[in-house]
Amino acid sequence: MTANVFRAERIGKSYPGVRANDEVSFAVAAGEIHALLGENGAGKSTLVKMIYGLVRPDDGRMWLGDALYAPTDPRAARQSGVAMVFQHFSLFDALTVAENIALGMENPPPRRELAARITQVSHDFGLPLNPGRRIVTLSAGERQRVEIIRCLLQNPRLLIMDEPTSVLTPQEAELLFATLRKLAAKGTAILYISHKLEEIRAHCDRATILRHGRVVDSCDPRAHSARELAAMMVGGEMRAIDRSGRQAGEVLLKVQGLSQPAPSAEGTALKEVALTLRAGEILGIGGVAGNGQEELLAALSGEVRSTPGTVLLDGRDLSTEGPEPRRIAGLLAAPEDRLGHAAVPDFSLAENTLLTAGARKGLVRGGLIDHGGARAYAEAVIRDFDVRTPGPGAAARALSGGNLQKFVIGREVMQDPRVLVVNQPTWGVDAGAAAAVRQSLLDLARKGAGIIVISQDLDELLELSDRFCALNEGRLSNPLSTKGLTLDSIGLMLGGAHGMEEARA
Amino acid sequence: MIRLVPRQSASNGWQVATPLLAVLATMVMGGLLFAIMGYDPVAAIRTIFWDPLFGPAASYSRPQLLVKAAPLILIASGLAVGFRAGIWNIGAEGQYIIGGITGAAVALAVYPLEAWWLFPAMVAAGLAGGWAWGMIPALLRNWFGASEILVSLMLVYVAQRVAAWMAFGPMRNPEGMGFPGSRNLQQYPSAANPELIAGTGAHWGVVAAALAVLATWFLMSRHIRGFHIRAAGIAPRAARFAGVRPQTLVAFCLGLSGALAGAAGLFEVAGPAGQITDKLGVGYGFTAIIVAFLGRLHPVGILLAGLLLALTYIGGELAQLTMQLPAATVQVFQGMLLFFLLGFDLLTRFQIRRRVSA
Repeated sequence: MTANVFRAERIGKSYPGVRANDEVSFAVAAGEIHALLGENGAGKSTLVKMIYGLVRPDDGRMWLGDALYAPTDPRAARQSGVAMVFQHFSLFDALTVAENIALGMENPPPRRELAARITQVSHDFGLPLNPGRRIVTLSAGERQRVEIIRCLLQNPRLLIMDEPTSVLTPQEAELLFATLRKLAAKGTAILYISHKLEEIRAHCDRATILRHGRVVDSCDPRAHSARELAAMMVGGEMRAIDRSGRQAGEVLLKVQGLSQPAPSAEGTALKEVALTLRAGEILGIGGVAGNGQEELLAALSGEVRSTPGTVLLDGRDLSTEGPEPRRIAGLLAAPEDRLGHAAVPDFSLAENTLLTAGARKGLVRGGLIDHGGARAYAEAVIRDFDVRTPGPGAAARALSGGNLQKFVIGREVMQDPRVLVVNQPTWGVDAGAAAAVRQSLLDLARKGAGIIVISQDLDELLELSDRFCALNEGRLSNPLSTKGLTLDSIGLMLGGAHGMEEARA
Repeated sequence: MIRLVPRQSASNGWQVATPLLAVLATMVMGGLLFAIMGYDPVAAIRTIFWDPLFGPAASYSRPQLLVKAAPLILIASGLAVGFRAGIWNIGAEGQYIIGGITGAAVALAVYPLEAWWLFPAMVAAGLAGGWAWGMIPALLRNWFGASEILVSLMLVYVAQRVAAWMAFGPMRNPEGMGFPGSRNLQQYPSAANPELIAGTGAHWGVVAAALAVLATWFLMSRHIRGFHIRAAGIAPRAARFAGVRPQTLVAFCLGLSGALAGAAGLFEVAGPAGQITDKLGVGYGFTAIIVAFLGRLHPVGILLAGLLLALTYIGGELAQLTMQLPAATVQVFQGMLLFFLLGFDLLTRFQIRRRVSA
């Protein structure tokens, strides 16, 4: 039994109206990769923020090694040997790798020495990275390496990683785990936050499971199936996904020769995208973020119009039509960004139905809004999709991510679209809500709609789709049947991991 | 130590309270200012805010309230629609001037013809002139991405030069013995915008302002276009997703606010002002911006704010006459009002908390 690097004893934290953490006790041993598992809102973030000094616990105590540990801010946490890699990177695009790392250090060494140390650390841990490159030229996986190396240079005793693989291809993720293994072998304790169960089962030594702010269980994740872990997280049996009863019918949507210039400097150009979608079929489109997902959705929803003859629904050319005529024709979409794109944050749920359902649900006639109808439709969506909210008068921003996502998907699904295009339908959504959203898509397909699911969650794509294409730098690959497709082969379709060659060399 | 904590959502109570608080603070600070200048602050405040309505000369000044409030409310109603969408027409003053000129041009062109259709035609021409002047920044923004704030503002000064040119040139009264300024439309029955009910100050502009309040309320709360405007102001991407084309919205909002400002200009030229002069613009277009914000961009709020600002105009003039306060008093007051409003607005979005120690 190795010594505990970190130990929390009955720590708790309250926010107005919610007990975010309650009597949380757990310990992380040296050399251990310790998973923190829980649904969204289970209290993982609050817990980690307390450990990293961003939030102070209301009660309870923490130890780092043998010393009592009560960081007043992240700087104090770093000085004590706690480092954290956030889900969202804080890097300056215009600066180089070395400059970014120097900015995050208390006393950066001279530039040449720093570059040498970066190269050394990146070599030791199998994280290929050139310190002279500008951040803007790096992939998401490479940017994450910058953050990791920034942490490693401080020789942390405890490294916290918040959902690190959400932006990575499977190959990049493998590379990351190899690094974490090496790090653990040197005695660093790693606290790993994720809700990807397979990943945790494959790589973590222990798991602490949080539910409603409390530790409900602690186990060896390798000894349990993903289903069992999910059941511990949600506190009940997971409903199995029902894929039955669907068969591909006539062609509904045809996209051909769709090319679009990049909408902005950070955007991606679409290049000769072609696809066909049949009734009753779910087409999965995978890819690492920033490879044209948003642009493809915008071209299908009508937010961006394309050259004539590129987007056809039932043989009718909709390429030059905007979103509203497309909806009337039966082509609906749900964008990735729930707040600010799929919904107006300050509007009530009732008002948010008017964003897309005005024509198909008769909520807007002759330009006049039927507020009562909008309210009734919002109520119907809330009921059928089990949206947890006080009612249709609640502002969209007041809903949790998962509940708003259920509302957004429900708003489109209940309009009985002929074709529905969704981008990241379960991103940041807890397991229970994700299952409900996925099942609703399958049910819609069973009724004869065609569905395109754009997602970075490959498990989700394999679970839902009949055929799979990869979107890579704005190009869409030929579709493959998902029968017999493995995560590995999908990973290769996504264009492989950036920097893999260097890593193996 | 005091610190500001963002609110979860804007507080409704403060939404209503801040304009009232701003008015109060303006009175207090204004009074302080008058005291420093050596005037009796209580008398000054009473002269500005009370006497125009209830003072000894109220029978003269009361009708002025509607005369001044009508253009403010008419213009602010249009501006508020654009402001809701995040489209900032700062040049209503210019659209007001051009609307007055185009409207008057119709009358001057057919003088001395008397016909029932003349006044409606002038209103239409006033709307069209203001609309066209508003479309210049709209098109420049849509085509070249030019800031509508700067373009519309700069066009005010162009409009002022146009007014001067008209007053001294093409529109000069041929029987005016060389004095600048057009014929007086008040003395041209078919073209005049008379007081409809004697003693109230209500002319057709007042009717138009009332209609504008109703129409913009209907647009913003009952019509899908108003819904799209509100959505675009808060979440432009969501609005685009709903099917709004930003260019259409820019043209609609600048066109609408321009047209209403133009109509206000026409009612003024055909009524209280009577003629085209180089002093056609008296600042209604700028004051209307304050009215729109003081009224929380809401039609009913604008109605009240328009009346209040009209009061400061009349009261300011009264104070000049009776107390010899400087002419800039009104502007100082209006400026203070906007300043305090924006300052107190902080309270709708933030809470003030006291922190025990740093």
